[in-house]
Amino acid sequence: MAHAAPIDEDMMTPPRGYEEGAGVYNEKLGMWVFLGSEVMFFTALIGAYIILRVAHPVSWKPPGEVLNVSLTAVNTFLLICSSVTMVKAFAAIQDGNLAGLKRWLIATVLIGAAFVGVQVYEYMHLIDKGFVPSEGLYGSTFYTMTGFHGFHVAMGVICLMFVTWKAFQGKYTAADHRGVEVVGLYWHFVDLVWIILFTIVYLI
Amino acid sequence: MEKDKHAHPNYIGIFFFLAALTAVELGVAFLPWPKMVLIALLIFLAVWKAVLVALYYMHLRYEPTRLRLLAIAPLPLAVILVVAVTREYRW
Repeated sequence: MAHAAPIDEDMMTPPRGYEEGAGVYNEKLGMWVFLGSEVMFFTALIGAYIILRVAHPVSWKPPGEVLNVSLTAVNTFLLICSSVTMVKAFAAIQDGNLAGLKRWLIATVLIGAAFVGVQVYEYMHLIDKGFVPSEGLYGSTFYTMTGFHGFHVAMGVICLMFVTWKAFQGKYTAADHRGVEVVGLYWHFVDLVWIILFTIVYLI
Repeated sequence: MEKDKHAHPNYIGIFFFLAALTAVELGVAFLPWPKMVLIALLIFLAVWKAVLVALYYMHLRYEPTRLRLLAIAPLPLAVILVVAVTREYRW
């Protein structure tokens, strides 16, 4: 039965007096629907990569011959680090620890920016070696897949900077930290996609 | 309702496990084994890591069943898309 919501309503649960739906608040549901569309976006890229590679295997070089696997392994480690700092930020504000939230968010922004920096360095190094997008199927698929992922990471860093700014303004509390959770979902998804891309593009 | 109130998983432990799996991937990738064995092993390791991130860092393990269904709904479609386009070629 519908009834007026109390003033101190927990914002992390669905609005009262409505159909329960997916059982989560609207912003989180919206992010998951968006991530579903992102799964299909990256699937299209990965699917295209697989059929091109299978159809033209001679265009691809063995792992480590052109691409710097060691450097990218470091970058993969950075992204995993940023996922744990992100989830620690979320855990901190769940416990009402605003100082912890700020600290872990800053760490996530810095590590995320470092990932983008290493990727830019990798691109510059590869272009110097003559491995450019117009090099052929190997080059075009490599830059398309890693470039779109890098773009997602860069957008994630910008969103995280915004959330960090809001955290310093005291917007988030233990009762309402929707912004932190929603941006965290996006950030972990970007990490998840990189886990798949690292294997497919660099190791196989 | 959302199951937001649960004890924090061991996030640091999961981090070390993900890092260890990444180290294993790097070791496996350069083994002189048949290519198809390496591909199967590397994809298995990558999916294992991805599932850990989704379950614990994205908290899917603690979400309502309906949200979990929403989250995994695109996966069969992704498989159908890849299989459908790869059938264009004779392997």
